[in-house]
Amino acid sequence: MGLKRKDLLSLTNLSADDITLILETADSFKEVSGREIKKVPALRGKTVVNLFFEPSTRTRTSFELAAKRLSADVINFSPSSSSVVKGETLLDTARNIEAMQADIIVLRHSSAGAAETLARGVKSSVINAGDGWHEHPTQALLDLYTIRSRRMGFAGLRVAIVGDVAHSRVARSNIFALTKLGAEVRVVGPPTMIPLQIGQLGVQVYHNLDEALRGAHVIMMLRLQLERQGRALFPTIREYARHYGLTGERVKLAEPGAIVMHPGPINRGVEIAPDVADSLSSVILDQVANGVAVRMGILYLMSGAG
Amino acid sequence: MDAGDIARAVTRIAHEILERNKGIKDLALVGIRTGGVHLAHRLVRRIHDIEGTQIPIGELDITLYRDDLSLRKDQPILRKTSVPFKISDLKVVLVDDVLFTGRTIRAAMDSLIDLGRPAEIQLAVLVDRGHRQLPIKANYIGKNIPTSREEAIEVHLEENGDEDRVVILRA
Repeated sequence: MGLKRKDLLSLTNLSADDITLILETADSFKEVSGREIKKVPALRGKTVVNLFFEPSTRTRTSFELAAKRLSADVINFSPSSSSVVKGETLLDTARNIEAMQADIIVLRHSSAGAAETLARGVKSSVINAGDGWHEHPTQALLDLYTIRSRRMGFAGLRVAIVGDVAHSRVARSNIFALTKLGAEVRVVGPPTMIPLQIGQLGVQVYHNLDEALRGAHVIMMLRLQLERQGRALFPTIREYARHYGLTGERVKLAEPGAIVMHPGPINRGVEIAPDVADSLSSVILDQVANGVAVRMGILYLMSGAG
Repeated sequence: MDAGDIARAVTRIAHEILERNKGIKDLALVGIRTGGVHLAHRLVRRIHDIEGTQIPIGELDITLYRDDLSLRKDQPILRKTSVPFKISDLKVVLVDDVLFTGRTIRAAMDSLIDLGRPAEIQLAVLVDRGHRQLPIKANYIGKNIPTSREEAIEVHLEENGDEDRVVILRA
């Protein structure tokens, strides 16, 4: 048993059973995170390197905490303080890290496919912590875990993913995993933010938020990447918020008991109204807490002697 | 051992636990997954029959404390640890089905101590088959069954949909 793979790069090549194994393993680590002494010796003597070429607090801290709770040694590399500014390539940086006996490299990079390139070039295990607009598998896995911990089954579950789907690796990873587990996925956003061919991934496309929310069990909001303003994707933030912002009124259109998710960081008053973000149906902070347990599970499963 | 032998051993161990600890004050049982958990539940029921009180029971998964994790190709499947009470200052009786090398018990003790500081840790096993690799000894033993290293001991329990019995498999 086990994952039987060196790397975690994408959710496209994980089976439904693999995903279930990760979620069940994470369950055991959730218990560890609730203890007074939140540490187990499972990864003693292993080294985990966080290699983050893009800014991130949540994901990097989450991985760091996960590795430390497993008793691994953790090193954080960021490009501004490393040889990358001197022109070293990604692969050379990674090979140097590997030469220092790193067992697992966690990579965040702005180019799609960076993790895959790295995985082919090094013997260490590589975990994709977000590569460009491609995928963010650990975020999707923690989203699935959060849904599951609310005692929701995946078969027939209606999930609405709202916002800038085109530029969202979180959306892509979630679509791959949710459809694999039998959920019904709807994507909704302005036409400029929904890729033309996305229907081929097995999702339903909406451009009207109210319609997409009707009957949804899970509302997954995406961050509006404000830095994209001015690229003609949306006229003004105010107009975007009026059409695609989640308000308390709109939540009422979904199934009773529906949950509201957001990968963070949230833009209050833009894609999500403050009262919704802080409401009982919001599981945004649960997602963060679960992220540590899920990443502990992944690190544990990836840490076999190989 | 057949079903009758196992039932009598469980009853005797329950009495021995009560005798040694002078009753049930500050007493708790923790079963080691998975065989030990079923036996711990049986012991708690037996103690309830005798004393009329339910004592706390927990379940321990020792996977994360194994000493061979870094040597394995594939990581073993994790199950849940559930010790829903504070173990500090309690007399904790660890329960397992078979005592063999003692490595599982070492892992279980480390795991327990990460959950708190018990006043005492004791060990109850259904079968002691010898071949210890660590200086570990059980306080309560259902039956000593001398084996050779090549043999395997299997404990079948009703809780797993089997008939209660202990069998030795020759190599």
